[in-house]
Amino acid sequence: MSTTMNRAGLTRDAYKGAPTTLCAGCGHNSITNHLVKALFELGIEPSRLAKMSGIGCSSKTPAYFVEQAHGFNGVHGRMPSLTTGAALADRQLIMLGVSGDGDTASIGLGQYMHMIRRNVDCTYIVEDNGTYGLTKGQFSATADVGSVQKRGSVNEFQPIDPCMVALTLGASFVARSFSGDGKQLVPLLKAALAHRGTAILDVISPCVTFNDHEGSTKSYAYVKDHDTIIQDVTFIPYFEEITVDYEPGTTREVEMHDGSRLILKKLDDDHDPSDRVGAMRLIEENRERGILVTGLLHMNESMSDFATREGLGASPLRDLGESELRPSRSEFDTFMATFG
Amino acid sequence: MEPTVNDLTITAATVNGSGSQSANLVLTRAIFSLGIPVAPKNVFPSNIEGLPTWYHLRVSQHGYQGRRGENPDVLVALNPATWAADLRSVRPGGAVIYEEAYSTLDARTDLEFFPVPFSKLAKTRIQSETLRKQLTNLIYVGIVAGLLEIPLSALEQGIQRQFQSKPKAWPVNLDAVQVGLEYWNEHFAGRKIDHRLEPNPGRTDGLMLVDGNQSAALGCVMGGCTVAAWYPITPSSSLCESLISYSERFRVDPESGEKRIAVVQAEDELAALGMAIGAGWAGARSMTSTSGPGLSLMAEFAGLAYYTEIPVVIFDVQRAGPSTGLPTRTAQGDIGFAFTLSHGDTRHLLLLPATVAECYEMAQTAFDLADRFQTPVFVMSDLDLGMNLWMSSPFAYPEQGFDRGKVLDRDELERVGQWGRYRDVDGDGIPFRTLPGTDHPLAGYFTRGSGHDENARYSENAAIYAGNLDRLTRKFETARAEVPAPIVDPEGSSVGLIAYGTTHHAVVEARDLLRAKGLAVDYLRLRALPVSASVVEFVETHERVYVVEQNRDGQMYDILRLELPPALVGRLRSIRHYDGQPIPADAISRPLLELEAVPV
Repeated sequence: MSTTMNRAGLTRDAYKGAPTTLCAGCGHNSITNHLVKALFELGIEPSRLAKMSGIGCSSKTPAYFVEQAHGFNGVHGRMPSLTTGAALADRQLIMLGVSGDGDTASIGLGQYMHMIRRNVDCTYIVEDNGTYGLTKGQFSATADVGSVQKRGSVNEFQPIDPCMVALTLGASFVARSFSGDGKQLVPLLKAALAHRGTAILDVISPCVTFNDHEGSTKSYAYVKDHDTIIQDVTFIPYFEEITVDYEPGTTREVEMHDGSRLILKKLDDDHDPSDRVGAMRLIEENRERGILVTGLLHMNESMSDFATREGLGASPLRDLGESELRPSRSEFDTFMATFG
Repeated sequence: MEPTVNDLTITAATVNGSGSQSANLVLTRAIFSLGIPVAPKNVFPSNIEGLPTWYHLRVSQHGYQGRRGENPDVLVALNPATWAADLRSVRPGGAVIYEEAYSTLDARTDLEFFPVPFSKLAKTRIQSETLRKQLTNLIYVGIVAGLLEIPLSALEQGIQRQFQSKPKAWPVNLDAVQVGLEYWNEHFAGRKIDHRLEPNPGRTDGLMLVDGNQSAALGCVMGGCTVAAWYPITPSSSLCESLISYSERFRVDPESGEKRIAVVQAEDELAALGMAIGAGWAGARSMTSTSGPGLSLMAEFAGLAYYTEIPVVIFDVQRAGPSTGLPTRTAQGDIGFAFTLSHGDTRHLLLLPATVAECYEMAQTAFDLADRFQTPVFVMSDLDLGMNLWMSSPFAYPEQGFDRGKVLDRDELERVGQWGRYRDVDGDGIPFRTLPGTDHPLAGYFTRGSGHDENARYSENAAIYAGNLDRLTRKFETARAEVPAPIVDPEGSSVGLIAYGTTHHAVVEARDLLRAKGLAVDYLRLRALPVSASVVEFVETHERVYVVEQNRDGQMYDILRLELPPALVGRLRSIRHYDGQPIPADAISRPLLELEAVPV
């Protein structure tokens, strides 16, 4: 047990939850561990965190981290609407949604798109394995054309890519990662949590039981072989100083609204994450070559989040009482007189 | 024969989209300003422009607010497409004001005809081309005013009330009314029918005209609603639209300009209820409003809120039909569905407003009950109540604060030391909850629609599952005594009537009709589900009890048969009305006289 404390005065253990009930080796468990690390290192206070989810293996995971936080495991594909309502009721909450590919790209596609369109302030993680685990191995809508199911059938339908959908809708934060790459995923999770607006993080997360075989395009082996990392991401929270010197011309630095910074070290490509159309081109051109690009695809820090657009103040709506919510007796009487 | 005073129906048959509604309302407000009770029913199509629409303006000395039926005493015929049928509908001896270009070859001989060249008058007398179409309708108001001797001052008042915020509109509208009045005086002066109006100074003083959706929206403001999510659907849209308008007036911080409410137009009804539940979970008073098809989509989320015990208020402004049905007609057809909305063992609290004042009051009660019982509360309005204007005394300013129910805050948590989200501490079935954001290590718990124990932990244990369902039953039983109680009006009869919602207005009138035939009936008006003990008592003390409602299947009749002790079930009878139009009094009195074998 580590005794190192973060800025909230908590050890890493405070960010753990109930033991997982998912299969040993499930990509989702790795994501949970990376989330624990990210939340701990950011020093998020458990009481401010709201863990939201829908239905499916992925949606069970909020029970496996930050036990002290409130969590809400709702109905299938409807996590975005629950999150939207809660985010309006209390703007001080840090909304963290965990969903899967069935929950997001099939039954919940409408709510997913409308939440992005509204730019609700939340982090939305898609634990994406291309298959329905709990119902034993049916294809999901993110399965690639030609991907082979465990029982042998081949997917012939075009995949719905949560990142492409988000980019089309002008999402303010879109990233993709791999559950097996904590080095990339942890800073992306931190950036997503720091972002104000909807942060979409599609994490390829292999299903060891139903979709980790030869012929699957979402197996550990396939993703490791076809993953091209577009940049090295370093997240520096607003409460920390930059301590490393970067060679000029090798990095992009992006400042976030809360003062946190992202240092993006250029690799083969020099993708500019403010270029939304460029992000779409990058994904599609690589997909055609059989390559899965991961990293920060797009970020727009200048877009207002939903509660701001709704004109809400910083203090939670739910704390307002009679004196703030009811007109005075005389205002009320004056108003009554307008009904002839 | 002496003319009948202040008891008639004026029907304006027009084309949807022609702007007739403001003329209809000017006439309504003009008559109302004379101290004469009015009860308008707007029959409109599901259409933007072109289909027929009727406005039935009932004038009733008794103040009856129910629908009288389709036989007007005065017909204003401005729709060639329905002219023949409209003409057939007029009561013998009635007046027909019509566009003179219409053919009267087959005209009846038992009516008074008043042909008016509306189009010609409009072309020659109304200067503004842009307003001509709309103002043409005001000409009919002038003709009716001539026929019924409505004084000019009342017409002026009607115009001023209707266009309260637009004084610029007063003179043009009055000019158009004058065109009609002048035409009357030149061509029909002195002609009368067997009905007339007589001012009743003071009779309607202090009363207002307001619709149920506006009233419910105001109730939401006073009830402390801070998050509302909705999807447009007739006939509920004007509820949230009114809420938006009232929020601009009452919910903007005067200094910062910040809003104290969020009203969100959702992508569908699933999301609308989802947002409301998310907000309720986070501690806001939240609501959605919808009608039948939307309620169908909300079934899944209603079950989630019931089982996870989250407060939320759902307004159902009911319309006719399964499926799309008749979107612009009324019904009480969602009662059975709403009562058990969602799969599995589910039971909900339903409030049943009958008047605009109850729309206002019950909106507030609904938020209190939702918080108190941590459950969805349905307010079952209907199109007739929600979209028609009703006379009402001004609404009362609430004297009570909000009842936020059993919420443990940081200090309470510190005091109790341990708690369980679904633990029945008080024996009333109602557990305690904490709100997200509560700064205490014990505050957090995991809300889940799957099986859970009293500490909100996942559980598939048989005894724990059944025990939790039993606690939910206990909570429901506690609510029985706390939802709005029925109102009983006894006359010492052995025959009873049970009704709810807008059926009430037809019952009031039907009881007078029955009394005139020598049949007194006692009356219990239900105001909520589940039913309270007084309903059992009412049925116990009557030999026969007729349950009157506006649906085909006798939905409340069925619920009562389930709720009553078996020995009493045989006393219930069912009277149903389900043609999409508000139930008229004789749809109750006629079958009752027959069933009770009273010689007519």
